[in-house]
Amino acid sequence: MMRLVLVLLLAASSAGAVNPNERLGDPAQEARAREVSKALRCVVCQNETIDESSAELAKDMRLLVRERIAAGDSNEQVVNYMVQRYGDFVLLKPRFTAETLALWLGPALLLGIGALMAARRLRRAGAQAGVTQAAAGLSAEESAELNKLMAKTNKDQRS
Amino acid sequence: MTAVAAKRWPFLVPLLVVAALVGIFGKRLLDVQQGADPRLLPTVLLQTPFPEMDLPPLPGRAQGKGTLGIKTSELKGTVSLVNVWGSWCVACLAEHPLLMELAKSDDVPIHGIAWRDEPTASARWLAQHGDPYARIGQDPRSHAAIALGVTGAPETFVVDAAGVIRYKHIGPITPEIWRDTLQPLIASLRP
Repeated sequence: MMRLVLVLLLAASSAGAVNPNERLGDPAQEARAREVSKALRCVVCQNETIDESSAELAKDMRLLVRERIAAGDSNEQVVNYMVQRYGDFVLLKPRFTAETLALWLGPALLLGIGALMAARRLRRAGAQAGVTQAAAGLSAEESAELNKLMAKTNKDQRS
Repeated sequence: MTAVAAKRWPFLVPLLVVAALVGIFGKRLLDVQQGADPRLLPTVLLQTPFPEMDLPPLPGRAQGKGTLGIKTSELKGTVSLVNVWGSWCVACLAEHPLLMELAKSDDVPIHGIAWRDEPTASARWLAQHGDPYARIGQDPRSHAAIALGVTGAPETFVVDAAGVIRYKHIGPITPEIWRDTLQPLIASLRP
């Protein structure tokens, strides 16, 4: 029963807000319209795609997307039409332009800086560990015995 | 000492990043607190020609009122206001007395786009509250509204004599906005 409810919920969510009478007759064109609609932001509700929004303007935008696709526009032409009127804001996935450079490259840049700092720190810590071991002057035999003891202690603590 | 400080500079990077973010977000928060509407979209159509449209006129307007729809080529020749409105729009009622006053002073022609509205409802609303419009074009399915990048009503465009969009005001026009922004702009657009 629970599973059925879940399946129904999922099916409902994937259908979005597109009414049956909005759909295009040609399934290939309809699929393209869905793809375009999912990339466009509803300008009334702002955090929904026009595909899933039930706002009236979103509905009219969906219909316009379908009209233009049926008239022979490419997906890109339809998206460009909207961007020309509403700006880049209407795209849920921002384009790669000079203005959005920081947005796209920022996370990678931060990750790189973090990795660099971590690597430096680890290298320094490793070098220091090497120094202490050498200073302690343990022979290979003594090291092995020490390791054995430590392993035993760990096991005792765990049990 | 300086050698140690120089070695440690990378650890200041996160602090600087956080400080920069606090600065950016803080500025935006203060702007919003001082009245900036975070939902407003920047207008990308400024200084571009008014989009091509040929909207049918509204039937049932009172005697003596215009019978013309809105056709882009016919907007040229004079500075005008194009007001996107609907009888369902509460905020439109707020700016309506001002539009009526402007229409009476005959300062600048005001054209109306009846957005997503039943023609009978539009006509009834105008009969009740007054009809300030020179031309009215019907836009039942948002074609014109989307072409104009409209996100809500009312929105008002200032179109110059060459048919180029020079300004867009989002929301009701208040007397202050008219006096401080629109009126000086319209005056400056006239030869």
